[in-house]
Amino acid sequence: MSVRTVGPRARVAYVGARLIDPASGLDTPGGLITEGEQIADFGPHITRTQLPPDIDVVDCAGHCLAPGLVDIRVQLREPGEEHKGTLASAGRAATAGGITTMVCLPNTDPVIDDVSVVEFVARRARLLGLTKVYPYGAVTRGLAGQELAEMGMLAEAGAVAFTDGVKAVANARILRQALNYASTFGLLIVEHPEEPTLAAGGDMNAGEMATRLGLAGIPAAAEVIMVERDIRLVELTGARLHFAHVSTAAAIAVIRAAKARGLPVSCDTAPPYFALNENAVGDYRTFAKLSPPLRAERDRLAVIEGLADGTIDAIASDHAPEDEDAKRLPFSQAAFGGIGLETLLSVSLELVHNGQLSMIELLKLITCKPGDLLDLPAGRLAKGAPADLTLFDPERGWQVRESALHSKSKNTPFDYRPVQGRVLLTIVDGRRVFSFDEQAPAVGAGG
Amino acid sequence: MQYRHRHLLGIEGLTPPEIILLLDQSERFVEQNRRADKKQALLNGRTIIILFFESSTRTRTSFELAGKRLGADVITMSIATSSVRKGETLIDTAMTLNAMHPDVLVVRHPASGAVKLLSEKVNCAVINGGDGSHEHPTQALLDALTIRRRMGRLSGLKVAICGDILHSRVARSNIHLLTTMGAQVRVVAPRTLLPSAVERLGVEVYHDMAQGLAGCDIVMMLRLQTERMQGNFVPSIREYFHFFGLTYEKLAEASDEALIMHPGPMNRGVEIDSVVADDYGRSVIREQVEMGVAVRMACLEILTRNLPRSDTPNL
Repeated sequence: MSVRTVGPRARVAYVGARLIDPASGLDTPGGLITEGEQIADFGPHITRTQLPPDIDVVDCAGHCLAPGLVDIRVQLREPGEEHKGTLASAGRAATAGGITTMVCLPNTDPVIDDVSVVEFVARRARLLGLTKVYPYGAVTRGLAGQELAEMGMLAEAGAVAFTDGVKAVANARILRQALNYASTFGLLIVEHPEEPTLAAGGDMNAGEMATRLGLAGIPAAAEVIMVERDIRLVELTGARLHFAHVSTAAAIAVIRAAKARGLPVSCDTAPPYFALNENAVGDYRTFAKLSPPLRAERDRLAVIEGLADGTIDAIASDHAPEDEDAKRLPFSQAAFGGIGLETLLSVSLELVHNGQLSMIELLKLITCKPGDLLDLPAGRLAKGAPADLTLFDPERGWQVRESALHSKSKNTPFDYRPVQGRVLLTIVDGRRVFSFDEQAPAVGAGG
Repeated sequence: MQYRHRHLLGIEGLTPPEIILLLDQSERFVEQNRRADKKQALLNGRTIIILFFESSTRTRTSFELAGKRLGADVITMSIATSSVRKGETLIDTAMTLNAMHPDVLVVRHPASGAVKLLSEKVNCAVINGGDGSHEHPTQALLDALTIRRRMGRLSGLKVAICGDILHSRVARSNIHLLTTMGAQVRVVAPRTLLPSAVERLGVEVYHDMAQGLAGCDIVMMLRLQTERMQGNFVPSIREYFHFFGLTYEKLAEASDEALIMHPGPMNRGVEIDSVVADDYGRSVIREQVEMGVAVRMACLEILTRNLPRSDTPNL
């Protein structure tokens, strides 16, 4: 397989695949034809023997061909902190992870609270031609939590939803106004659910581990308190609200109950919260210093339960690049956050390998469901839809090594983890933007 | 018996034989320190750098004396105001000092885990002189030595550790050491000064001094670390002293021979009444300081046993 640019009407046939469309439940041997930037046809009837003679053919060798992944929580660091990550480095990491659409947080410098920054991000991403990037706009100006940002105009310029990023909208009156105002335009608000005064000064989950390490704890209650308050505001306003990276059993139970009452709330989580627990902090591993913090084992199990029963609507990478200067520090001084674009699929596939989710259920959580939450034209196979695809081998084993990752910052909480499932090919608008076979053999890459 | 670690970063994880080895070795230095000629040549040619990122008088002096009495060259650096403020990171500092080929680094730092981080970047032995709220192993060893000399044992003793457990590295190291050696450890504090799940460290939790001290052989008071107080942990010094300050009245609940300990420096009238602190029949606070030098000599001596000999390059 080689990377080629395609002409406007160039046709490529992907044959011999396990073709999966999570949205429709399709899971069949078959093939798919792209024409230019779009999907022309797909299904079990597309086989090598019935192709027109002039078409390029890619043999998928029985691997899974699915819609490209949709990642709704990514921090890019551009503009402002390009030494930690850029649109280009995140684009390379995302395509290597099978992600064809990502939504970036507004906590850049300058903050995405102005139309010009929305346009900057969109233009830079378009020029790169890698993973498609949609920005969140800020809920409040400068993410300061005081005055509403120009949400309507930001939405017109291309912001797909609104969040104050890694900060909760702490002031209840401001969030009430934001929900009311956003719902006027049908816009979604995404909350970082953490009560800031309870979390202030904390380094990791409160509990035995923090006590032994002498680190200040962040109680699990900091999450559920904010979720409960916000749900009351949803009741008050009738507006939609989405909770990002939920991590505790208590918060998931409250969201489950709110959904049962018919409230318009949704939530996502990230791989660290179902694949790791607070023990990963070990001997002060700053790569395991995340926000929200890695929680107790019972919380991890509750996250898996929430994914299985549909309480949790999506899995996002929560990609948060931090360079060595921000991480090679005493734990309390190190920055929060871990990268996750390249490990999103491989770590999430553990849920399938462990029998906790079916392949279709998992893929829904990283394709159509997050795409639908933000109303993005992504995450499903359809004739005429953008040809954003990923081909992966769900069985292929490899070991995560920071040195082999594409991200500019290497702060993965999964370093050294053996995982099963490898992205082989990523296609954006019909163009091959990543091909595993053309990589230099990565350290530890098995199979 | 051997001490099988390159560093002394904490008490957690040490075995009873290792603790006994350190205490027995310390015992040998107690007598030496009482003689007119206090100096030996055990560490001749060795370089010890005492690197304190936090102010301290007694621990720093104690390590300095310990090194000098063993014949080592000792250099002390107090970094709170020097290059770290100019943007040099902890790791840069470690690399710089490492290039000077010290044999032992003694490090104190305000952040938990900082000494462990530094130890990963150097070739020499590292002694934790106190890291954040994590551990202060030589303090726990000198407390244990003081107790063992007075009571003849550690196993089976009832020990109450009272006060600011939440921020205290002394409390954590003592809990690990005393529970490892078979003592029954209680912590006595208001809930605001207890870390979560502290009972998982193998201690009994009390919130009332009279109940917590009842029948105890050792009453260990902790400094109320006002400089670490970022929030409202106690409403006032007066109220804290009223409920948790050690007075004769509260001490009456403990065993008649109970010893009073304090790691210093004391806040008289905050966590301990002056008359109790100065009761030399009960208070072993000055003895703790004396044992400190012997314990630090033992730690330096035992760690340097594991270092390469001086005729091989220290790489």
